[in-house]
This record gives sequence, C-alpha cells and structure tokens, in this order.
Amino acid sequence: MSLHKLGLVELHKKFTAGEVTAAEIARAYFLRISQVEPKVKAFVTQTKDAANQQAEDLDQRLKVWRKTHPLTGMPLAVKDNICTDGVPTTCSSRMLQNFVPPYDATVVSKLRSQGYILVGKTNLDEFAMGSSTENSAFGPSRNPWDLHCVPGGSSGGSAAAVAAEECAAALGSDTGGSIRQPAAFCGVVGVKPTYGRVSRYGLVAFASSLDQIGPIARNVSDAAFLLQAIAGHDPMDSTSVDRPVPDYMKALQKRDLKNVRVGVPVEFFTEGLDPEVEGAVRDAINELKYLGAEVKDIRLPRTDAAVAVYYVIATAEASSNLARFDGVKFGFRAKETKDLLELYMKTRQEGFGPEVKRRIMLGTYVLSAGYYDAYYGKAQAVRTLVCQDFDAAFKEVDLIVTPATPTPAFKLGEKSEDPLQMYLSDIFTISVNLAGVPAIALPCGFSKAGLPIGLQLIGRAFEEDTMLRAAHAYEQSTAWYRQKPSVR
Amino acid sequence: MEITQQDVEKVAQLARLTLTASEKETFARQLSQILSHVAQLNQYDTTGIEPTTTVMGQVNVFREDLVRPSLPQEKALANAPERESDGFVVPKIIEER
Repeated sequence: MSLHKLGLVELHKKFTAGEVTAAEIARAYFLRISQVEPKVKAFVTQTKDAANQQAEDLDQRLKVWRKTHPLTGMPLAVKDNICTDGVPTTCSSRMLQNFVPPYDATVVSKLRSQGYILVGKTNLDEFAMGSSTENSAFGPSRNPWDLHCVPGGSSGGSAAAVAAEECAAALGSDTGGSIRQPAAFCGVVGVKPTYGRVSRYGLVAFASSLDQIGPIARNVSDAAFLLQAIAGHDPMDSTSVDRPVPDYMKALQKRDLKNVRVGVPVEFFTEGLDPEVEGAVRDAINELKYLGAEVKDIRLPRTDAAVAVYYVIATAEASSNLARFDGVKFGFRAKETKDLLELYMKTRQEGFGPEVKRRIMLGTYVLSAGYYDAYYGKAQAVRTLVCQDFDAAFKEVDLIVTPATPTPAFKLGEKSEDPLQMYLSDIFTISVNLAGVPAIALPCGFSKAGLPIGLQLIGRAFEEDTMLRAAHAYEQSTAWYRQKPSVR
Repeated sequence: MEITQQDVEKVAQLARLTLTASEKETFARQLSQILSHVAQLNQYDTTGIEPTTTVMGQVNVFREDLVRPSLPQEKALANAPERESDGFVVPKIIEER
C-alpha cells in the first residue's frame, strides 16, 4: 500500500512501530505530489529538498535515541499566511512574493519541536480574503473532485492538498469560514477552534478579532490529533486563553451521543439552500438522532445580519492590519517614486490585488470620520446580538448542526465578478467567527454531480472535545470520509 | 447608499492607495452595492447594547517587563526592499529650501 493513502493517525502508528522511516514517508509523499500537483495546484512553495534532508536527519537521530512525538516524521502542509522561518510566506500576494520570515509562528514552532516534516506552503486567496483561491496572485487551486470547480477558500490550497493526499494533514486559518468552507468543498474535515484556543502569533493578520488557525485533515481523529499539537496558551498572543487543553483523542472514544442535545437552527434552512445539500444535512441530523442525540429546533434570529456585520468588522480590521505594507521594511516596493507618499501609494497599488484593495477601501470607509458610528459602531453592537443568540441557544443545547455551505463547490469564474455573491457563499460559517465559538466541517454526502457536501457542527466555547466526539461518532457510522477523489 | 467617485478618491487617499480610473468606477459601484447590503443592520435595535470588543472576555493582559533576546539586526534587515549598511532606505522626507 502506498504510504500517501494513510491518514495522519495511521501513519503515526506505522512510524512509531518502526515499520516505515521518515525518509520513506517523505519520498512517498513527494512522489504523490509530483503526480497530482500539476492538476491540483495546491502549493505556492514545495519544500522537497529540505523535507528529504530533515527526514534523513531524523531517521539518523532516532537510530541513536528513539524518542518520538505524535507528529515526528509526519508530512504536513501549512497555509502560506503562517510564518515559517527561512521558508517564503507569501500570503499569495505580490506584496510578499519574496518575503522570507525571520521567525516561526507559534503553531509552526510547536510542530517543529515535535519533528514534523513540512512538505510545502499552500495557496490561498490573497491575504486570506476570498472563498475560492481565485484571488491568489499566483493563480487558483483546483478542487480534486472536479478540476473545473474551486476548492473553496481562503484555505483552498490546504483543503485541496489534503483531499488529493499530497500531505497527511494541513494547517489553515479561518476568519469567516476559510477552513470550513474549503473543507466542505473538498470533502475533508476542517476545524475552526474557539477564539483564543490556538495562538495567532506569526499568522499574518487579516481580521484580528476573528482569525483563528486550525487543522484540515482526512478524518475527525486526524483533525483532533493535529489540534492537540497546536492548541494552548501562548504569551506571545495576548488573545490566546490560558485554559487547560482537553485530551481530544480520548474524547473520541465515546461512540454514542446519549445525553448530547443538538439544536437545528431554523434560520439556516431557508431559500438559497441547495436542495441536495439540505437533503444530505437532514439525513445527517437523522443519523445523529439514531446515535442517541436529542435533536430539537432552535432559533438564531440574527443569522441574517451576520454577513453584513462581518464585512464591516473584518474589512475595518483588515484596513488597519494591512497598513503595515508600505514598502519600507519588508515586502514589495514600487520603483521610481519621487517621495515617501508616492512610495506608499504606488507600492500598495502595485502590490495588492483587486479583492484586497476592495476590502481596504471598504474598511477605511466604515472607519472614516462621519461613518464610524453608522457602520463600525453599529456592526459591533449587532455582533453582540449575534453572540447573545449563541449564548441563548447553548443554554438549551450542547451542539448546533447546520449545513457548512449553501451549495457544493462552484465552478471557477462563476462568482469572481460579483463580490457580494461571493461574500454570501460564507453565510453559514461567518456567525461562528463573530461569536468566537468552535465549529467543524465534515463530509455528509455527495451531490448527483459527485461533489462533496459538508456538515457543520458548532460547539460551546472551549468545548471542542464534545464537538469532535459527535463529529467522530457521525463520521464512523456513515464513513463518507472513505470516498476519495480520483484527480483527473 | 450611493458611493461617488469623489468618495472613492477620498477613501483611497486615506488608505494610501493609488487607483486607476477604471478601479475608481468599479469600486464606486461595488462599494455602493455592498453598503446597501450592510444597511440592513439598521433594522436591528441596538439601543443600550454594548458593542463587542472581545469575545472571550479578556481585558488588559499583562506580562513582566523583562529583557529578552530580540531579532538580530541582520535578520531584521534581510527582507528590506532597499538598505544601506544598517538601515532601511526611503526617499528623502525633508524638502530642501
């Protein structure tokens, strides 16, 4: 059996049992990458030589002292907005095309200290702004299930790489659905942890009050395994939370859902929801009942407001965060400018793509004198109402179940000319970021056209364990995750 | 909400972005469209509602003010688009009289 077919946990078991070496794993994965990557285009940078070298060094070291960690020798991909010391981190932007970070993000140093093998940095919508990877300055990634379709975004490269078995698992980042929507589109599992569960230090900031790093993996236990490695408090991120991290793998052992109350928000099952998606999600809800969950209808009445709130708050924060790209200390600089103001203005004109400019413009507008209260202040207040909806719901239920996306993956080019339509494709994932709660997307079926359909489970803050346990119980009783794309 | 090209020019100046004529036209149209969608927020009564500034309730996270190693100068300068010895080069800021 080819090693690339093994998921993270299985591969880890085989490796720790001494049945395969790190070098063999690395070779198998780069062979796989060479076969499918020309079609999938998941990576911005591949780190083949460094990976092979690291794997060989690791094998040598283990001969002397056989001490391993959960991720030792595991081939992982990292989204290209997460800083990797000495490896380019471009954010899929011309602005950072030649940027080589002088430090590791905290999540990366955690993986590195366990001896993981970086296979490459994955493509994204420029600065994580988008839902399809079509906003990448280096061209879009493809959906391994149908190469004419988008893989979703912004972590589309990570989701596509996992689905195409180019890595054992990957890291993504999620600001409004950027882990869950591509996971749903590519038929893999994606977790957006609770805000503050995972350090954001070294994640190139898009919207700081919403951003969170999380795992994208082939199945729920692989996702739990990777989340375990990256979760926890970090003094370098003042918004990371100092609470003990539960044993996620242990949480998965319970296979039934007795005493778990699951809420179905009626607002998520309205017009605009594709009938095939609704059918698959309704079947999944029945499966949760069969597993012992108590299922009831709930209300999240301010769901409609979420997209509008998000596009005010996220763009406002982005306009501020992206002010640092000025062509002075790092990144792209425009040529032949006569003074400092022109240096700033031309650098930003030439360095940023259209969607990034659009969001900087929108964010600057909603923060500008005379409009601040009407837009930003209003959005922050309605955000409180959205949070209150979740607080009220979680008094009645332990988990909320929804579709992850309104439709399966759309075609390349289908929405790229209409920003508002693109924004509305995140309608089911955005409110989770506004409230800061954790959520997981996992496969729950396929459309007639053969495209994956994603289920979303939303948990209480810091109760990833319950959420993962329910997702795992569902996954094991249905086994959608066993279906793989043929990539052709 | 109608965003004019003059509005776009003003905001672009604040955002330190040079825009082409066609970008100005496109952004005026698209921002108008997006802000019309955002206007639906007015249907929510937020009288007396505190704006959300943090979701997990943290305030004023302090740490000890300790001396720690920082980025070595050479590493900090390694990504500079233009440098001269130990500094970043920028166009002249102070005008000559």
